[in-house]
Amino acid sequence: MDPRRGARVVIDPKVRQVGFFAPGASPGRTQSGPPESSSPPVADNSPTGNSLSPVMIPPPRHASDNLLSARPALYPPLRRPGDTIPVGSYNPSEFFHGTSPTASFYSKVGDGEFSEDASGAGWTHRGNSGKVASSFPGGGFDLTAVKPSNLTTVSVVNMPPGISVKSGGASIEVQNEQPASSRSLKEKTSKAERRALQEAQRAAKAAAKAEVSKAPIAASGVATSVNAKPAKVSKLSSQKKDSASVTASEKKGVDRPPEKDRKKDVPHPRMQFDDKSRVEKAKRRAVVRPIEVRNRVELFRHLPQYERGTLLPDLESKFFLLDPMHPAVYKVGLQYLAGDVSGGNARCIAMLQAFQEAIKDYSTPPEKTLVRDLTARLSSYVSFLIECRPLSISMGNAIRFLKSRIAKLPLSLSESEAKASLQSDINRFINEKIVLADKVIVRHAVTKIRDGDVLLTYGSSSAVEMILLYAHELGKQFRVVVVDSRPKLEGQLLLRRLVGKGLSCTYTHINAVSYIMHEVTRVFLGASSVLSNGTVYSRVGTACVSMVAHAFRVPVLVCCEAYKFYERVQLDSICSNELGDPDAISKVPGREEINYLDDWAKSENLQLLNLIYDATPSDYVSMIITDYGMVPPTSVPVIVREYRREHLWI
Amino acid sequence: MPDVQVLVNEFIIKLKKRKVEGSQATARMTAELLRSVISQQRVPYNNQAGALIDAIKAVGEQLIAANPVELAVGNIVRRVLHIIREEDLSLATAAVAGLNLSAVSDDEDDGEREDHPVLSAAAVAAAARSTLRPPSLQTLLEDMPDSAAVPQSSSSGGDSEGKSKSADKSSRSRKLKHDIIEAVNELIQDIATCHEQISEQAVEHIHQNEVILTLGRSRTVMEFLCAAKEKKRSFRVFVAEGAPRYQGHVLAKELVARGLQTTLITDSAVFAMISRVNMVIVGAHAVMANGGVIAPVGLNMVALAAQRHAVPFVVLAGTHKLCPLYPHNPEVLLNELKSPSELLDFGEFSDCMDFGSGNGSPLLHVVNPAFDYVPPKLVSLFITDTGGHNPSYMYRLIADYYSADDLVVQRRPASGN
Repeated sequence: MDPRRGARVVIDPKVRQVGFFAPGASPGRTQSGPPESSSPPVADNSPTGNSLSPVMIPPPRHASDNLLSARPALYPPLRRPGDTIPVGSYNPSEFFHGTSPTASFYSKVGDGEFSEDASGAGWTHRGNSGKVASSFPGGGFDLTAVKPSNLTTVSVVNMPPGISVKSGGASIEVQNEQPASSRSLKEKTSKAERRALQEAQRAAKAAAKAEVSKAPIAASGVATSVNAKPAKVSKLSSQKKDSASVTASEKKGVDRPPEKDRKKDVPHPRMQFDDKSRVEKAKRRAVVRPIEVRNRVELFRHLPQYERGTLLPDLESKFFLLDPMHPAVYKVGLQYLAGDVSGGNARCIAMLQAFQEAIKDYSTPPEKTLVRDLTARLSSYVSFLIECRPLSISMGNAIRFLKSRIAKLPLSLSESEAKASLQSDINRFINEKIVLADKVIVRHAVTKIRDGDVLLTYGSSSAVEMILLYAHELGKQFRVVVVDSRPKLEGQLLLRRLVGKGLSCTYTHINAVSYIMHEVTRVFLGASSVLSNGTVYSRVGTACVSMVAHAFRVPVLVCCEAYKFYERVQLDSICSNELGDPDAISKVPGREEINYLDDWAKSENLQLLNLIYDATPSDYVSMIITDYGMVPPTSVPVIVREYRREHLWI
Repeated sequence: MPDVQVLVNEFIIKLKKRKVEGSQATARMTAELLRSVISQQRVPYNNQAGALIDAIKAVGEQLIAANPVELAVGNIVRRVLHIIREEDLSLATAAVAGLNLSAVSDDEDDGEREDHPVLSAAAVAAAARSTLRPPSLQTLLEDMPDSAAVPQSSSSGGDSEGKSKSADKSSRSRKLKHDIIEAVNELIQDIATCHEQISEQAVEHIHQNEVILTLGRSRTVMEFLCAAKEKKRSFRVFVAEGAPRYQGHVLAKELVARGLQTTLITDSAVFAMISRVNMVIVGAHAVMANGGVIAPVGLNMVALAAQRHAVPFVVLAGTHKLCPLYPHNPEVLLNELKSPSELLDFGEFSDCMDFGSGNGSPLLHVVNPAFDYVPPKLVSLFITDTGGHNPSYMYRLIADYYSADDLVVQRRPASGN
């Protein structure tokens, strides 16, 4: 431990310790990344590669991370003069923020260099690796960038050594070895610098600065030489650039995100439906003319709410009028509307697959460019889907991903290549961001289930269901409490599936949650999204459940794939929400005797409010289990910040 | 007597089958039943109060056992016992005072004095037990005769007086019974009118444009809100529907009929909405001596949410809901599990509910409790017939209505005390 720490001390100042870079992620990489991509490829599996892989930070590392992160603050003076300038001049502006031009340049380079890669995805250089990289910074290094390898890396990185059932022993070994090798590497690479640096520090700060500036360069050289394919490097570079940007950003002058770009980061204001003029405009564009629900709740004027009953037949009748609408998209829209497809993941996957279909059947009209026309087409699909049901945040993120992929299609690609690349991008998104992410989450979460536990879950979350089933498969002895609430009663479906698999379950309504909470040892919740202030945005009632759990000192674990993280913030459940069908409240299925409100719409003083989501304050959440590991809610903004670019870039 | 027994049995069956619901109805019926028990009860010459107390305790015990969760029954039984003690006490003190003033005869005086030493131990104990008894002018002024009279009245007090004046006796016994029945009538009246007295205070608590949240349906709450509305306050009400009984639907309908702006929400949306609410007003099933509330299921959640957002949590409770007991593990012991059919459709889940898993235990349990326990720290204010009170004051308020001797309604093996 000691030697390692020593090494870090020296090295750290150069690295911006942000997010989840393991101590191993060294300064060398940070700066070396971008340049390397163009540099000649070198042999792959060299030790450096391993050492480079920043690892998900398991809890113990957090401490060290903190130490590290604290350190940079001490050093800035050292770094400034010498260090930043070379770096800054080099990448930040063009590479990162140059946005499309540079990026496209890169992509082209990538293509040219690796045609095999390009076949899979035109973009590969970011594509394959980026995928991996996005989920695990640096994770992509150890093996060749093949799909299976991605998978293994995922599991490797995330899993506690003992548990990795699926990923072979090899991956485990990799994981275990990595730290050691990285450490030794570290020492080798930077020993000279370190020593120099120490001396320099003692001697004079100015000198020290100079040293430091050299150090990264040297390190980068090593890294370069060691580094494998350019593709990988570029992958690295994408991560690196972030960290580099961070480093640079310490100095205000060289700030990574230029002002313009930073403004772009602020999410667009959402459509406010109490803004008459904009609503009018939107209506003119709309395919269908939904009828506003009567007796709107005053507090929620800013949200759209339409009559359910009329929308579906209206849409159906317009099927032939909507010629630009692809049938697959249309079908998905109707499914949303009818509620056949619900749940963040399911809706997102359904939408992406529909888009895939649509792209497959797409042909660029004459005199138009694919990039622009397809984007426009996509936007019209999206607005159609929004009319059917407001987008979930997961869908919003997926759409942004897809659009950014389209926007970055290299012009050199032929139409069929472009389409193929987009389709494979979509596939990759589904596989890696949703399917694999869920697997990783399951692996993580299972470690938190012990024999004899009583696990409470609310509603029906696909991730939680997988966790419970997997834990059951592993033979853990536990009991499940399914808490449900009106009007959807999704818990009953979950209950049915769990009981069918032989889990022992207790079912109750949310009102009784404080009765049942005495016996509960863990609460597992799903989420529609996690906002960057740590607020968990989820099915209405989740907040109540986690509040009661908090009051009873029961840990609340929220399971959420990282692609659902969102950079917006929200303090309450009112500013942004979705309104469901009010009629669902007035009727109680199976209880015909409750019919007091059958004619509720006649009395103007009465409103029925059917909220779909609510916002759980982050202090009720003990832990968020995501594909990047198990993090406290306060780390969400870090993940959002570090990986958002890669989400778009992938 | 036999006809009373019939009435008692009838009521017991109703309680057991949960045919009577709502603490107010139960309280009223209990009080009426006890009134007829008292009026039918033949009173012996001596120790009439003791005989009445025994009779009431006998009936009360059965009633409480019939529905131990309906605390209003026990409350009313205890209050009737308290009334008997009070009436007897006041008669006795009146008599003693009269004797002291008028007759200075030796034998009377001696009788009193002889009794004192014998009873003093019991008297001290009783006095110690009843320290919570409200201090009256009488107890302050004439502590000597009173402290003796407390135990005497129920046990041997009658004897000594009985020896001396039997004519006075019979008139007194009739007077005692009459007074008690009067007082019980008053109690019934109180129960019937508690809504009005509580709702009179509505305007003091609800201001213009207030947003109020409530859960389920309580008649007290309904009248409270309507009273404020009648006083021209305009405010809006969020009603959580209160699954699985969905009484919130009824409340919403009633409120709308009175012209109140009402929004019905699901129970799960309580946390989402409470940040826009100024006050939570709910009814209670029972109020315990520590200020905790036994309330319809779901209210603990509401109270926690209200606390989180610093929204006052106000509980309306008639005095018949004040229970002199301190709760222990109330979530379980003072709760009742209702039929799962309210939550799950048996037909749909019939295959899961049987002992299908092979090892003899069913895989699926459905929990449908009727009540929640809201601890006193989550309650901001109680509004009762007698005004608003802090949770920490409830024990004192309760001492006004119950005598400490009656906390356990069980006939002691020996008569008397």
